[in-house]
Amino acid sequence: MTEQTSTLTTIEPEARPQIVELETVTVRFAGDSGDGIQLTGTLFTNVTALVGNDLGTFPDYPAEIRAPAGTLPGVSAYQICFSSQDVRTPGDQPDVLVAFNPAALKVHLPDLPEGGMILVNVDAFTEYNLKKAGYTSNPLEDGSLAKYRVYKIPMTTATLNALREIDLPAKDKERCKNFWALGLVYWLFDRPLEPTLRWIETRFRKNPAIAQANATALRAGYAYGDAAEMFTVHYRVRRAQIAPGVYRKITGNEALALGLIAASQLAGRPLFYASYPITPASDILHELAVHKNFGVRTFQAEDEIAAMCAAIGAAFAGYLGATGTSGPGMCLKSEAINLAVMVELPVVICDIQRAGPSTGMPTKTEQGDLLQALFGRNSESPVAVVAPATPADCFFMAIEAFRIAIKYMTPVILLSDGYLANGAEPWRLPSVEELPKIEIRFRTDPNGFFPYLRDPETLARPWAIPGTPGLEHRIGGLEKQHITGNVSYDPKNHELMVKLRAEKIARIADDIPPLEVFGEPEGKVLVVGWGSTYGAITSAVEHWQKKGASVSSIHLRYLNPFPHNLGEILHRFEKILVPELNLGQLALLLRGRYLVDAIPFSKVQGRPFKISEIIDRIGELL
Amino acid sequence: MTLEGNGQGVKLTKKDFVSDQEVRWCPGCGDYAILAQMQKVLPELGIPREKFVFVSGIGCSSRFPYYMNTYGFHGIHGRAPAIATGIKVCNPDLSVWVVTGDGDGLSIGGNHLLHVMRRNVDIKIVLFNNRIYGLTKGQYSPTSEFGKKTKSSPMGTVEAPVNPICLALAAEATFVARSVDRHTDHLAYVLERAARHKGVAFVEVFQNCNIFNDGAFEPFAGRPVKDDRMVVLEHGKPLIFGKNHDKGIRWNGTTLEVVTLGNGITESDLLVHDEKRPDPALAFLLARMDYPEYPVPVGVFRAVEKPTYDELVNAQIETAIAERGRGDLEKLLRSGDLWVIE
Ligand SMILES: Cc1ncc(C[n+]2csc(CCOP(=O)(O)OP(=O)(O)O)c2C)c(N)n1
Ligand code: SF4
Repeated sequence: MTEQTSTLTTIEPEARPQIVELETVTVRFAGDSGDGIQLTGTLFTNVTALVGNDLGTFPDYPAEIRAPAGTLPGVSAYQICFSSQDVRTPGDQPDVLVAFNPAALKVHLPDLPEGGMILVNVDAFTEYNLKKAGYTSNPLEDGSLAKYRVYKIPMTTATLNALREIDLPAKDKERCKNFWALGLVYWLFDRPLEPTLRWIETRFRKNPAIAQANATALRAGYAYGDAAEMFTVHYRVRRAQIAPGVYRKITGNEALALGLIAASQLAGRPLFYASYPITPASDILHELAVHKNFGVRTFQAEDEIAAMCAAIGAAFAGYLGATGTSGPGMCLKSEAINLAVMVELPVVICDIQRAGPSTGMPTKTEQGDLLQALFGRNSESPVAVVAPATPADCFFMAIEAFRIAIKYMTPVILLSDGYLANGAEPWRLPSVEELPKIEIRFRTDPNGFFPYLRDPETLARPWAIPGTPGLEHRIGGLEKQHITGNVSYDPKNHELMVKLRAEKIARIADDIPPLEVFGEPEGKVLVVGWGSTYGAITSAVEHWQKKGASVSSIHLRYLNPFPHNLGEILHRFEKILVPELNLGQLALLLRGRYLVDAIPFSKVQGRPFKISEIIDRIGELL
Repeated sequence: MTLEGNGQGVKLTKKDFVSDQEVRWCPGCGDYAILAQMQKVLPELGIPREKFVFVSGIGCSSRFPYYMNTYGFHGIHGRAPAIATGIKVCNPDLSVWVVTGDGDGLSIGGNHLLHVMRRNVDIKIVLFNNRIYGLTKGQYSPTSEFGKKTKSSPMGTVEAPVNPICLALAAEATFVARSVDRHTDHLAYVLERAARHKGVAFVEVFQNCNIFNDGAFEPFAGRPVKDDRMVVLEHGKPLIFGKNHDKGIRWNGTTLEVVTLGNGITESDLLVHDEKRPDPALAFLLARMDYPEYPVPVGVFRAVEKPTYDELVNAQIETAIAERGRGDLEKLLRSGDLWVIE
C-alpha cells in the first residue's frame, strides 16, 4: 500500500447508500479498443478536475487502430488517480477496475490489490468472449475472484433497456454502454452529470438521436447506482488543497503545443512547426494545426529529415522553427540536427520518447533516447537538452527551449515521453505577464558584420536573416573560419571552432536555475531523476521522509548542460540512486562526469514506475 | 531594376553577384558556365540582391552558393528542397533557388525533390546533371546510362537511369525545362524564364564533368552535331530541327516520329509545342525522346499556372485571422473547462 491509494471499505447495508469520504482513489477503465475507453476516461477526468480534486492520468492503449475485438492485445485502458491531496502520478494500482469484457479483466486483474472493487459487464462474459480471452472457465462463477469485491452488472442489457424509446439501431444503442458505465461511476464517486451532458450536447450536435441516447445512458447508469441496492456506500473525495488560481486539465502534448505558441508570442515571431506523423508526437502537430490565427505555420513534411531541414530553413528566415517526433524519427533527424549545430541556428526539436529501439512499442513509454539526444550525431556535436517533469511542465520547458535556442543560437532538444504526452494533470494557468520574455535581436547593421562574429557573453553568432540589405552571406555544414564563416580546413581553426561550439553550450549553465534539493541538503540517499519519473520519485522520497529516513531527491530538467551545483549536491550524499526507464543512461553520465557511484535503477517494460517500486528500492539502500 | 532594397538606387550588374570566394571547380568544369549565366540573368530581374537565397545540398555543383554574393545555404546531401521550403514558406518575398546535382537531387534527395515539386513551392531548382558523382570521384549516378563503367561499376551498371524531366513531369511540376551548360544563350533564356515563373521551376542542365565523365553529352550536344541531334522546344511553334530546318517531329496517332520535311510533309503536319497544356502527358512523351532514335529536346517542356504552396499556406493564416481574430495567448490558455480554486 502506498500513500496514494486507499482501500474502499464496505459498510454494513442500510436502507440508503451512505457517503463515505476518501482521500485518494484510483480508478481504471478497461475494455475493448472499440468500447470508447479513452473517451470514458477523459470525460471522467474532466469532471474530476472540475470538482477540484488533484489528479494524474495514464491512458494505455494498443498500437493497433482496431485490434481484433475481445482479444487480449485489443484491450485499451485508462487509469486516473484523484485525491484531496497532492497527486503526482496516476496511482500505482487501481482501487476500482471497470472491466467491459473478459479480456479486459484478464489483462488488468494482476494489477488489482486484494479487496479491490471490480465492476464487470456480465453481458460480455459469453462463452465466445471468454474463449477469446483464453479463459477455460468463467471467472465470475468459478470462485477465482474471491479476494475481490465483484459487482456483476448487466451493462449492455441495462443500456438497451434504458434506450428502448429511442429510435436507433440496436448496434448504436449498444455502443452507448460506456456512457451508462460512466454514469454509474459518477454515482459511485459523487460526480455531477452536467458537464458531461453539456459535452455530449456539443459533441453530437449534428446527430441529436445519438446525443439523446448517450445522455439517457449516462443518466440511467447514474440512477442504477442509486436504485439497484447493489452498492451500500458511495464515495466522496474532497477538493484538494491546492494553490489558488484558475485551473484547467492539460496533457503533456497539449501543454507542449501551447508552450511553442507561447514562445512565439513572447518572441514576437511566428512559429513554424514541421513534423512527420508518429506516435506519440502527432498530437502536437494536430494541436498546432488548429491555431493558425496565431500565425502558426504547420508543415506536414514527407519525412523527419525534411521536417528538420524545413525547420532549419524557417530559422534561417527568422521564424521560430520547431519540429517534433519520436525515437525512429529522431534517428532520421540526426544529420540535420548536426547541420543546425554547425550553422548555429535556433531550432527546437521535441522528442516524445517511446519504448524500444527501431519501431519498438509505439504506444508505450520509455526514456531511452537520452544518450541519443546528447551524443547521437557524428563528431563533437553539443546540443542543449531539456526535459519537462510533468505534463504541465511541458508548457514551460517549451518556452525555455526556445529562450535558450534563440539566446545562444543553437538547436535545443526537448525530451518528453509517451507518459507525459498522454498523461493529464490539473494546471494552474500562468498569467501571460509572468512568462519569461524572449528577446530577439536580428542583425541589421552591415557595418562590421561577419556571420560568425560572436557575442562575447553567450558566444552566440548574429541572427541575420535573408532580405536584410548588406548582410548577404553564406552558411553551411562545412567547417568555417572563425568569425568570417568562410569554409576552412585549417587544423587549428577547426579545433578552435569545436571548442567554441562546446563552450557556447557549456555557458548555458550560467543561465539556468540551480537545482533545489527536495529534502535535507545532505544525507544518506539521494534519488536523482529526470523527465517523467518526477512524480513517482518525489512521492517515494516523501514516503521515506515522513518515516524520518535520510532520503532526498533532485530532479533534472536541464540535461545539457547540467546545472552548476549538480556535482556538489551529488557529493553530499552517501548513496545515489538513479531511477530511469532505460538501462542507466543518466547514471552513466553522472558516473562519467562526477566520478560518483551512481546506482542505476532501471525499468524497461514500456510502463512508468510505480511509487511502490521506488519506495522498495530506496528501502534496500537505507 | 533598381536596388530598392538597400536604397542605393543603382542598377545591378553581373559583378554584384560575384562573391569574394575563389571558385574551386576543376578548370574546364561545366559548372563555371552555369554560374556565369546565373550571374548574368539575376541582375536583369529587378529583384534586390538581398532577396535572393541560394540553397544547395552536397556535391561539386552544390558549392554554387559560396560563389554567389547573395544569401546562401550549403546544406546537407539531398535536403536542399526541404530547407528551401522552410525559407520560402516563412518569407515568400524571397527568390529562393535550389542548386543540386544528379546524385544529390535524384538519389539521396529524390524524395524531397518529388514532394517540393508536387506541392508547387515557389522555388527554382537547377539540377546540374553530369551523369556522374563528381565530388566523391567518379561513381555512377542515377542518371548514368545502363552499362556505364565507373569506379563502382567496373563491369558496367545494371541500373536503369532516371530521366529527370520525366520525374518532374510525373510530379506535375508547374515549370519544367532543360538546357545545356555550353549553350549559353539558351541557358540564360531558360534560367530567366524559371526565375520569372510563379511556382516551382525545375531546370535540368546538362553539365560536363571533364574529369570523371568528359564529353558525356558531346554525341548530341556538341557544336558540330547539336542542330541535327537536338530540338529546341518553343511554345506555339512546330518542332523543327536540323541544320537545314528540314526535320521535324510528328504525332502519328500513338507515338512521336521523326520526319523529314518535303515529299508531301509540311510544317503543318508537325507537332506544335504547347507548354501550357494543363496535363503533362504530351510533355512526357517529348521528355522521353532521346538520342539516337530522336533528337534530344531542350527548352521549356511545361509552364502552367497554379496556386503555390507558400501562397496557400499563408492564405490559410490570413483566413484564420480574419475568421477568428488574431490569436490571444491569454484566451488560448483559458480555453477548455476551467475551475477556480479560491
Ligand atoms: C549523407 C551523405 N552521404 C554521402 C555523402 C558523400 N557525397 C558527397 S557528394 C556525393 C555525390 C554528389 O554527386 P552529384 O549530386 O551528382 O554532384 P556532383 O559532385 O557531380 O556535382 C556524395 C555521395 C555525403 N556528403 N553525405
Ligand atoms: S569533378 Fe567534375 S563536376 Fe566536380 S568540379 Fe571537377 S569537373 Fe566539375
